[in-house]
Amino acid sequence: MKVHDVLGRRDYALISRLIPSNSRVLDLGCGDGALLAFLQDTKGVDARGIEMNPELVQAAIARGVSVYQGDLEDSLREYPDGAFDYVLLSQTVQETRRPLRVLTEMLRIGSHAIVAFPNFGHWGMRFSHLTSGRAPRTRLFPHAWYASPNIHFLTVLDFEDLAREQDWVVENRLFLSGTRRITRLPNLRAEIAVYSLKRK
Amino acid sequence: MISELKTAGFSELALDNGETLHDVEVAYETYGALNERKSNAILIAHAFTGDAHAAGADDEGKPGWWVSMVGPGKAFDTDRYFVICSNVLGGCRGTTGPSSPDPATGKPYGMSFPVITIGDMVRLQQKLVQSLGITRLMAVAGGSMGGMQALEWAVSFPGAVYACIPIATTGRHTAQQIAFNEVGRQAIVADPDFQDGSYYDTKPPARGLAVARMVGHITYMSDASMREKFGRRLRGREEFSYGFGVDFEVESYLRYRGSQFVGRFDANSYLYITKAMDYFDLAAGFPSLGASLERAKCRFLVISFTSDWLYPSYQSLEIANALRSRNHDVTYCELTSTYGHDAFLVDVAEQTGIVRGFLARCERELEDAK
Repeated sequence: MKVHDVLGRRDYALISRLIPSNSRVLDLGCGDGALLAFLQDTKGVDARGIEMNPELVQAAIARGVSVYQGDLEDSLREYPDGAFDYVLLSQTVQETRRPLRVLTEMLRIGSHAIVAFPNFGHWGMRFSHLTSGRAPRTRLFPHAWYASPNIHFLTVLDFEDLAREQDWVVENRLFLSGTRRITRLPNLRAEIAVYSLKRK
Repeated sequence: MISELKTAGFSELALDNGETLHDVEVAYETYGALNERKSNAILIAHAFTGDAHAAGADDEGKPGWWVSMVGPGKAFDTDRYFVICSNVLGGCRGTTGPSSPDPATGKPYGMSFPVITIGDMVRLQQKLVQSLGITRLMAVAGGSMGGMQALEWAVSFPGAVYACIPIATTGRHTAQQIAFNEVGRQAIVADPDFQDGSYYDTKPPARGLAVARMVGHITYMSDASMREKFGRRLRGREEFSYGFGVDFEVESYLRYRGSQFVGRFDANSYLYITKAMDYFDLAAGFPSLGASLERAKCRFLVISFTSDWLYPSYQSLEIANALRSRNHDVTYCELTSTYGHDAFLVDVAEQTGIVRGFLARCERELEDAK
């Protein structure tokens, strides 16, 4: 399940709020290009995407979005430094083989990186794990352990630690439980965390 | 839609080899209507043995070579766009080539025709486009050698192209691609009827040209498409002939294609055009393909096909990656097909969707920029 599925179009509005008009945006794992098309129409951004699934790539091109078909982990090195104002990674960081390299690359090719991820520290996860004694399964992590695309699990605190270690500047952090924004106890209560970062 | 072959003439054309061609003619067709702002023109560049007849039906009712992609309601929608297709320089379908009369002698050029390049072909097209009063094409599109021309347009006339659609093509011919062309050329040259290219008063090197075409056809298909189309089926017999006549369906097909080709194509054109493809290297004179493509100013739609082993996807990826390294706007897509290199001509359902979406976006951007 993707952020989109849980939040509907609310995450568009959310991400849209973080992105100034007419900026250059690259969406990693852009799917059928719905978010990019939305940003193109509402904010006049220069929208580009990377997507691996050929059917989604075709759907994105058909709706007039510029997409490169490829695996996002192998597809960032070609871009020159600072090619974009914003590089987006929505609900995919936990699926990448080398998340730190992806995040570092995002901040090389973009002035800002926006990362949305499901929070593995949410109380529901802890509860599921504690009571079942099995790999936790919740609505954001619905898969059996062998069928899950998620290979790197992280919590809000993990991400905060990494940002500090890497000396990234956190420009914005938004936490969501369902479609509701929360501020208190995010590591326990947030299902989804959205971070906007830049290099120091 | 009835198409009509038209001709434009130019007094001279400077060539990459330093020579100048005089009294050059270009055969072309157009479809749809040019709008008032002259902003909806699309140039379609044909592949090796194609011609100006891309769409509609000619006076004999013969459909164009890309009729599945060009026409009312098609990907290149002639209800919206003004589509131009011209026969290439060096061709034999109306544009000046080795079979045309040399104005100096009145006799066919034959092998005295200068060796030409993809760049020369494009410069002639540019003269044609200019003569039609068009200063900027909305798009240049083409598959195979047509894609090479589209790429050449993007770097040679960056101000005159808004979008470039290279399909199933490459930024440079590789050793393997040159090798297949050389086999074709040697088949022609080895035919005793070739006579150093001066066969116009006698008979053409039909056997050599047919063999060249047979080799070509193999490279346009894929292992899977040949298995599906022919398998090991025998042609009109139940058992082997134990001889060297036609046993297999695939033999029959290739022979038929070869002999049919002789009736519509000139052997000298075969030599000149294949050489132009072999010389094509977009990166020549530049430190990298990216440095060469930096000259371009347009957005790109690059398309390749999974089973195309003549112009494999990695070559399209090289183009797309070189463009990304210069932060050009490039859309890249690899379409799934079993049809091999021919896919861009015959397997057009998915290609239609993405070309249509891409062109609609270009149209929208041009409208917004007004």
